[in-house]
Parts: sequence; C-alpha cells; structure tokens
Amino acid sequence: MQHKEHDKDFHHALRVYDDICYGCTHCMTACPTQAIRVRNGKASILVNRCVDCGECYKACPVSAIGVEQDDLQTIFNYPVRVLLIPSVLVGQISHKVPVENIYRALGEIGFTHVYHVENTVDMVIEAYEEYARTTEVRPMISSFCPAIVRLIQVRFPSLIENIVKVNPPIDMSAMYYLQKLKSEGIAEEGIGMFYATPCAAKIAAIKSPVGETRSAITGVINMNFLYNKIQMILQKQNNEGKLPITDNLLSSRGILWSLTRGESAHWKKRALAIDGINNVTEILESVENDKLGIADFLELRACDESCAGGILMTGNRFLTVERLRKLAADHAATGMDDKRKLAEGFINLKEHSFLGNIEPRNMEKLDENLGEAMKKMEKKSEMMRFLPGCDCAACGAPDCQALAGDTVKGEGSLTDCIFLQQKLMDENRMNLEESIEITEKIWGSHRFNKKKKNKGEQDED
Amino acid sequence: MKHKIAGGDFANAGNVASAVKKVLRQLNIDHQISKRVVISLYEAEVNVVAHAYSGVASIQIDEEKIDITITDSGPGIADIEKAMQEGFSTASPHVREMGFGAGMGLSNMKKNSDLMEISSIPDKGTVVRLVNYIKRNAA
Repeated sequence: MQHKEHDKDFHHALRVYDDICYGCTHCMTACPTQAIRVRNGKASILVNRCVDCGECYKACPVSAIGVEQDDLQTIFNYPVRVLLIPSVLVGQISHKVPVENIYRALGEIGFTHVYHVENTVDMVIEAYEEYARTTEVRPMISSFCPAIVRLIQVRFPSLIENIVKVNPPIDMSAMYYLQKLKSEGIAEEGIGMFYATPCAAKIAAIKSPVGETRSAITGVINMNFLYNKIQMILQKQNNEGKLPITDNLLSSRGILWSLTRGESAHWKKRALAIDGINNVTEILESVENDKLGIADFLELRACDESCAGGILMTGNRFLTVERLRKLAADHAATGMDDKRKLAEGFINLKEHSFLGNIEPRNMEKLDENLGEAMKKMEKKSEMMRFLPGCDCAACGAPDCQALAGDTVKGEGSLTDCIFLQQKLMDENRMNLEESIEITEKIWGSHRFNKKKKNKGEQDED
Repeated sequence: MKHKIAGGDFANAGNVASAVKKVLRQLNIDHQISKRVVISLYEAEVNVVAHAYSGVASIQIDEEKIDITITDSGPGIADIEKAMQEGFSTASPHVREMGFGAGMGLSNMKKNSDLMEISSIPDKGTVVRLVNYIKRNAA
C-alpha cells in the first residue's frame, strides 16, 4: 500500500482526563461511531473512528472528557488580535445586554478586532449555487458541520461525493479578514486570527482541515471559557472598556446560518434540515439506499438545535435560538438587510471558496485484503453464536458485535466477555483468579475493592 | 446469506439492502461498487414488497463478484421488455401514494449492476439476478 498524506490519523480535540475518569460505560454507549473502549479502568478514544461530535462529553457523569484549546495568553503574541465570533455567542447572552457591551467585554479580554464568522454567508450562498450547477449528484449535503463531514468519511464513504465542496463561513471569513487587514498595511506575522468555537468538531477541523491544505486561523478559544470571562466583565457596573474594531456586515441570513434551517431556508428546491447526530445517521442510511432521491439539499448538523446546542455553549440552546430569531427579524425589519457588500478588491476569495478532496476513511473494514476480510467476517459471525447478545458492555466494548469485531482484528479477546468466562469456569477451563485478572485489565486494578470515592457515594464532593 | 422478504411489508423494505451494506463495509468493498449493489438490491426488495407475496434474497460474495438472486412468488411479469422501460409501472395507486412505483425500479437495477438477468412466469413469480464485479485494485 502506498502511504498517502491523508492516511495520517485525524486530529482530535476531545481528551479523556485519566485522573478524573473512573471507568464507566456512559460515553462508550453514547458514542455514535463506537469509538470508545474501556481499558485499564479508563475510557480510551479510537482515533480513526472518532468524529469529534462530543456525545461522550455530554454523556460523562464526572466531566472526565475535555476539549483542548489554545491558551488565551497566546493571543498576546500578536499586535493585532482578531476574534471571529459565531452568532450563537451573542445569542446565549441575555437580550437585555446590548451587543456593543459584549464587544467591549471581548475588547477588555484583549481582542483588538471582533468580527462575525457569518459575515461571508452571502458569498457562501453564491458559491453553493455555483457548485450546484457543476454537479448532478443529489442530494447535495452541506459541508458546514465538521462532525458530519467526518461521520460521512468514516461511516458513509459512498456519500462523500454528495458533500458540497464549498468552504464554510468560518474559513471564508478568516481568509477575508486576513486579506483585508493585510491590505491595510498590517504585516501577516502580526495578525493573530482566533475563533470562538461552540464545539470540539470545529477545533479538530481547524487543526487538521479535511479538504483544504491549511487554515487561515491561528488559534481557537473555547466558547464556555469566553462566556465566563464575558459574564464576569458584564457583572461590573462600569463597562467602559474600549470598543474593538468591528464592522456591520452581518445580515439576518448570517445571524440564522448556524441554526437549524439556516442553510436550507435559502435552497429553492426541496431541502431538508436535520439536527442531532443520531437523526443524521438515520437519514444518511436512507440516502445510501437511494431512498431520498427527490431531496435536492440536506442540511445536517451533529448537535440538537445545531450550533446553539454545541457542547461548549453555556446558555440554554432553546433560548439562544429564540433570541437569535428575534434578532434576525428585527434586523430584517430595519430595511438594511440587503445583500451585504464585502470590501471591494477581494474577488479572488471566490477561488478559495471550494474545498479540496475529501477522502473516504471506512472505519468498519476488517482487513485491507478482501480474502482476509472475508475470513475474519466468517469468524466474526461464528463468534456471535457464543456471545450473549445482551450488549452489557462489561467487556469494555460497546456491544457484542464490537467485541467480536475487535477480536478478529486482534484488538480484543472473546474471554473479555463475562458470560463466556462463567461458561469457561463451569467447564474448568478458567479459574476465578484468571477471570478477576481479565476484569481488572478492563476495569482497572483493585476494581473489586471498596472505593474511597465513587459516584453516588455519600461523601461525594 | 439468505434473507426473507415479506410482500406488502413496506416498513421493512430496505432491511436486506441495509444488512448487505453493513457486510460490504466490513469487507472494505470499494464504496462506488457497494453503492451500486445497495441501490439495485433495494430496488429489487421494494419490487417484491410492492408486487409479490413473498421472496428470498440470496447473496453470495467471493473475491470476484457480489452475486445476488431475488426469487419471489407473485404475479410475475407478463412483458419483461415493457417492464424494463423507464416509467412503466403496474403499481397500485396505494403503493404510489407511499412514494413507490415510479416505474424506475427495473431500469435502476440494470443501471446499477454489471449483469442483470430476469426471468418470470406469470402467476408464479419472478427471479432477478444482479451481479456486480469487484475490481481488484493493484496490490
């Protein structure tokens, strides 16, 4: 096999904190791509299956899963510190707070320029329309949500050709503002382009872009971290911080873009908007059977209520949506909601609006070689006759099928199954010590001892 | 592999195609090929559900090809040549209401398989064979 660039592992923004993880099954059974196994009493993420959707982060009862971010101090390495904010950042803060005060708070945190990610949405809509004319493949699938793009790569490789190869607004805006600031005479080395992210998938996509060589974004700051800082500053009575440089390019279309139906609303033909990764998986299964031939465009988002429900969002997602819808309606009512004019002279941005190739990364293959894969497949179905089929996850894999799959790939063992252990003990082919040893390998040493600290225990802190 | 298909059971139409899809993914069959297999099999499955009383799909995979035969007992097809034409359908209005019966089934099957054989005895049933070859990538 020829080794190609894209064979490198995905970059992931999700991390398991081994010191906090106490080894349970919540994340493992919540993961929509079965990317988690428990080993030595800790959850571990399989890099080639994980799509950074963040379901594990939501499921963890003790916050043992975290999201990496760049240190806020790194922004001060740059004299010009740009923050690109998605509209949901504004949406999660009370409507009683004037937007200008949020900008001032971001200025006080240290940013010199604050722009909305969605300022280039009109250009993205144009690029969509242009792209739609170049392909017959339907339904077209939005490239907006990076967790969905990765889900398609690992689970639905046959639908890669359906993905609209247009950069999402974050990349377009980063490129646009970089060009604009450079044209104002600022040296590129002096510009730090930061993004306030509502989710882990966007971080992963920026750190290892799927279809594009390099991102114009310097670093990523997590929204929950910024939210706390903003709230602290807003609490102060005199919010007289310096207003960072900004512009007024945001349209009502931009305000709504990252919400459910934000994209599909602009589609003239039949379009569906689906949020929630399990709903999306269901619809993609149908598309693979060619059942949705009539839909022209699919807007698919991993999170419930799209970006308003991002794992790094603090505000209630339903209130965020309601506030943004109101904001967009007010905006449209001003009569100033015509097509936003980006500064002249940046027409070549259009050349960068199209994504490069997105590679399939089939995660379910048992072997590269077909003959070997067929043998493993046969072994696997033989194994399924012995496994209990109750999907208890006590083996450290999410279900019986996953254990059988891991076993034929040499990444697990049938004896990890507690039902089979009982049977082997009954037949005098395994003793109790061996069984305990296997269980401790999966669930951690001293797992059978009384705990000092455990979830649900009285002194829990 | 053998899968039963129940006539009239629209809720479960597509189950065989989904099961086969899962197998093909695990075997790392090129996704362009597996897409064709799944689409043609799905169409065949819907035909059994929409027109026949019951059917069986038998799937054989070896290193050269994916060979699927769908045998049903049902009304059969009186004029196969006519049935192969795009847009021709004998589906009932009830079936059409559910979004099936556009008359594209057989032509879609042909389009999405390397080899398609069809034979039918009116009032007895129909046998459809769909073969897709696995192009071996240079190792």
